[in-house]
Order: sequence, then C-alpha cells, then structure tokens
Amino acid sequence: MTAAAARSTPLSRAATRGARIGPDWRNGLFVVPFLLVYLGMLIYPLFWGMWISLQEYDMFDQSATYAGLVNFKRLFGDAIFLGTVRNTFVFVLMTVPAFVIIGLGLALALNREGRTGATLRAVFFGASVLSVTIVTIIWKIMYLPDIGLLSHILGLFGIAPIPFLTSQSLALPAVAVTTVWWIIGLPMMLFLAALQQIPGELYEAAALDNAGRWRSLRSITLPSITRTFVVVVIYEIVAQFQLFGQALLLTRGGPNNTSRPIVLFIYETGFRDWNLGYAAAASEILFLLMAIAAMAQYIASRRREA
Amino acid sequence: MAQGQRFVGRSVGDRVILGCVILLAVVWLTPIAWVVILSFKSNSELMMTTGSAFRLPYTLKNYSDVLATSGVFHWFLNSVIVASGVTIATLILASLAGYGFARTQFPFRNTIFILVLLGLAIPEQAVIIARHQMFTDWKMHNTYTALILPGLSNAFGVFLMTQYFRSIPRDIDEAAMLDNASRFKVFWRVLLPLTIPAQATLGIFTFLGAWNDYLWPLISATKPEMFTLTIGIASTQTNFAQSEGLGFLMAQAVFAGLPVLIVYLFFQRYIVQAVAGAAIR
Repeated sequence: MTAAAARSTPLSRAATRGARIGPDWRNGLFVVPFLLVYLGMLIYPLFWGMWISLQEYDMFDQSATYAGLVNFKRLFGDAIFLGTVRNTFVFVLMTVPAFVIIGLGLALALNREGRTGATLRAVFFGASVLSVTIVTIIWKIMYLPDIGLLSHILGLFGIAPIPFLTSQSLALPAVAVTTVWWIIGLPMMLFLAALQQIPGELYEAAALDNAGRWRSLRSITLPSITRTFVVVVIYEIVAQFQLFGQALLLTRGGPNNTSRPIVLFIYETGFRDWNLGYAAAASEILFLLMAIAAMAQYIASRRREA
Repeated sequence: MAQGQRFVGRSVGDRVILGCVILLAVVWLTPIAWVVILSFKSNSELMMTTGSAFRLPYTLKNYSDVLATSGVFHWFLNSVIVASGVTIATLILASLAGYGFARTQFPFRNTIFILVLLGLAIPEQAVIIARHQMFTDWKMHNTYTALILPGLSNAFGVFLMTQYFRSIPRDIDEAAMLDNASRFKVFWRVLLPLTIPAQATLGIFTFLGAWNDYLWPLISATKPEMFTLTIGIASTQTNFAQSEGLGFLMAQAVFAGLPVLIVYLFFQRYIVQAVAGAAIR
C-alpha cells in the first residue's frame, strides 16, 4: 500500500490546519500509543538490524564480534547470494509487466455495469484472499508431472509430462505464473478505480468527433491513467522484490538455486543456519534496493503534483 | 461506474472481448476446481492416476481425516484470534493517531508525521532479524502477543486515517468544541462515527494481511499449538513427496480456504469498494 500512500501528501497543509485552538503538548497523547509500537516494532529493530549486519556471529555459542563491513564484502563474492539477486530481478521482470498488461486489460474489459462485470471482477480478485499456503498447494497439484492438470492438458497434444517445479529453466517461471494468478486482482482494481475517475464527458466529446474505440483509448483513457500506471508499476516492483512464500513452498529455491529469491536467502541464512550477521547484511541490501524503488515512486508522485 | 460504456454500446467487438474475458475467468477458476474435485478422491486412487477425476467413486474420507486428525481447528482459532487482535488494535491506534495528526496541534507534530510516513518505505525483511532477537530476549516467542504486536506498526493505517480525518469539514468539530466538549469527546462522539468507511477499508486490509501473513509467524511460532492456519497447513506440506497424503492435503486446503472464500463472497462488494477507496486516496 506504499503506492497509494506516498502519492498524495500535502504536508504543507498540515501546518496551517488544526491551528484554531492552539498547540498543547497533551494533544500529543493521541499519537503516543501508535508511536510507541512504531518505535519499538519498526524503528528500533531497523537500527538494531543495521548494527547486527556489522557483526560476525559464532555459529556455536552465538557470540557476536564487531566485524565492520566484512559481511557485505563476503556477500558480494557469494555466488549463491548474487544468484538470488539475479533471480529476484528476473522474477520482477517476469511478473511486473504481466501485472500491468493483464491488470489493465481486465480493467478495461470489466469497466462495465451490471452483474456480469461484477461477477467477473469477483472471480479475478477472489484468489487474492487465499493465503500463500493454499495457493501453493493448488499450484503444486497443477504442476505435478504425474497427476497435475497441466500434464493432462499437454498429454492431449501428445506432449510428454514436464516436471515444471524441478526443471532449472521452468521453476522460476512456474513460481511467476502462480504469483500472477494469485494477486492479479489488486492491479486490476487499481486500474478500475482510475478508469472510473475519468469524466464521461471526455468520451462523449470524442464520440461527437467520431473518434473510434482505439482513438479514444489512446488519446483519452491511457493519458488519464498515467499516474495509476506509474503507481502500479512501482508498487508491484516493491511487492515482487519480497517474493518468499511461493518460492519456499513450491520449489524450496531449487533446483540448483535457480528459483531462490533474496528473502528466502535471508530466511535460510538467518533462521536455519542462524548466521544472523550475514542474513542481516543481506536484508540491508534488499532494503536498499527497495528504498531506491520507493524513492522513484516518491519522485514520480511529486512530478505529477507539480 | 463504466463511463466509457455509453458511447461504446454493445457492439460486436464488445461481445468478443467479453467472451474472451469469460474464457479467461474459466481458466482462472480451473486450478481451484481441480483441487476441489481431487479432494473427493481416495488417496490410493490418486497414487495411480487422476484421469478418473470426473468419474465415480468419490469419497469423503479425506475430509473426515482432516476433521479427525489434524490441528486445523486449533490453527483456525489461532488465526481468528491473531487477525482480529491485529485488526482491532490497528483501528484503535490508527484512529487516535490520525485524529491527532489531522486535527490537533502539539510540538514537533509535522516532523513526527513525516517520520511516520518514512516508515512506509521500511520493508518487514529489513527489521525481521532484529525483531526476532528482541522477542527471543523477552522470551516471548510462541505467544499471541508476539504474533499480534509487530502487525500494529502499520504506518499505512495512520496515513489513511489522517487523510480521512482531514477530509471531514472542520465546522463539525468546531461546533462541538464551542459547546465545551473535551478533545477526546469530540473525537469519540462526533468524528469517529464519521470515519466508518475508512475504518472498513483499513479493517479489511489489515484483517486479510494478518490472516495471510507468512514470514513472521513462520519464524516466531515454532510450536504446533501456536501455528496460525497459514503456517500449520504449510507445515503439513513438507512431507508432500509422500503422495499417500495428497488427498488429505487437498482436503485440508479446501477446508482452510473455504471460510475465507465464503466471507469474501459475502463482503465482496465492500472489499472491492475498500480497494478502490484506498486507491483513489
């Protein structure tokens, strides 16, 4: 939800409003409960995590010694970690265009009144409410080479069963397909909300000018939703960078690390091998990559408001 | 809604597009239907083939196994407790803070608000290792508190509520203030009832997020009796290779997914509005 959030923040307005009754420190009590949780659960562990990333942990007694940037240096020479960075980028490149194109296509097709539209919207959004565990069970059963539905369908065309989840070249695409199936609903809804903001008069004017469907799509619809377009792209980049559950449950990062994303690396390094300093360093790199994307989102939203 | 509709009308092209989307919707539903059908097949039959998916015999054995043996009821209850706890507490904290930021003055208010907004850019993964250490130090893993507390640091909720309080005309609370009502009374009696649409949006998002949360419960709840539904079912997936449990696993997935889907169908309209509402904001 970072996307929707960072977009519209007239901070300057906050300064002029709420001034009538005058400042009083006791008013701060309204925000104190949240601030305590926010500082304790987010800000404090954020800085502590940075400190942990500079420590070297002893595997046996879990004692930590300050090691400076050693963890980071090791990460940049770690073929498995670099592979997870590559996999994560490839995954983002596979899923984000799909989210944008399919999401926009569905929104355009389903921007209609009546029961059919509502039912279809419900179908495409429905899978998003399922948890990653259920989604991965469903898709494991789709992908299984012996009893999977995909093998049956391939069989109809005389193609031998393909072991999607254990193939080095197909495991990550299989995770991507599952992900798109799972959460296509959100980009679709974001685009629908944007389409419904377009004033109907624009289309009426276009109809008077005898503009065809393509013309009005290109010269009215698409320019009107540029902002949502940018928001969806950046929101999905940030979200898909965090790929974890699907990869863990479908492929365990295999075969031969070809579907292991950064977060799975952090999870395994930190909570299976208990190499906390190294895992924290990897999480700082992920944080940096995502901060760059969030920054891009902020700049894009500023430019729109200017 | 559907403003492009008026001039497009129901042309041939429109019907073709609708037909394609309906076809795609069928494709979208197929995986779910496949799992539901196979969950009524006996394990021994599944071992051999699924070619008989559309033929008799069907069996309820997998479902009775789920009810008899697995911890699925207990996990379901844990999920209800955790997701409700996170949702209620988030609504309270975010409403209080939203009112504070939008309607009152106190020292450093704008600075603090910007610091809260910066929290939107902090991903869970960047804090999760230190957070896990904190709860280890406090010896609080495998408690409901550990599962609920981290979910409350929701900067998005505060942002949403602040924006919503700002959109309410000031005359409303100023009139109440002139009547000498206290700040808290104005908040509680006058403004809070007006924020119900925003509460619904935030509540739905928070509940779904907490219900489906995977990473934090996976590392914090290590005892089976503290598993949430998501973690519990994932734990039975690990011995997936032994396919004698395949039917059982599918029945479990259907059993766990069904309540959510039913709730979704009931509240579908509101959920869709909630997503759209958050998008426009």
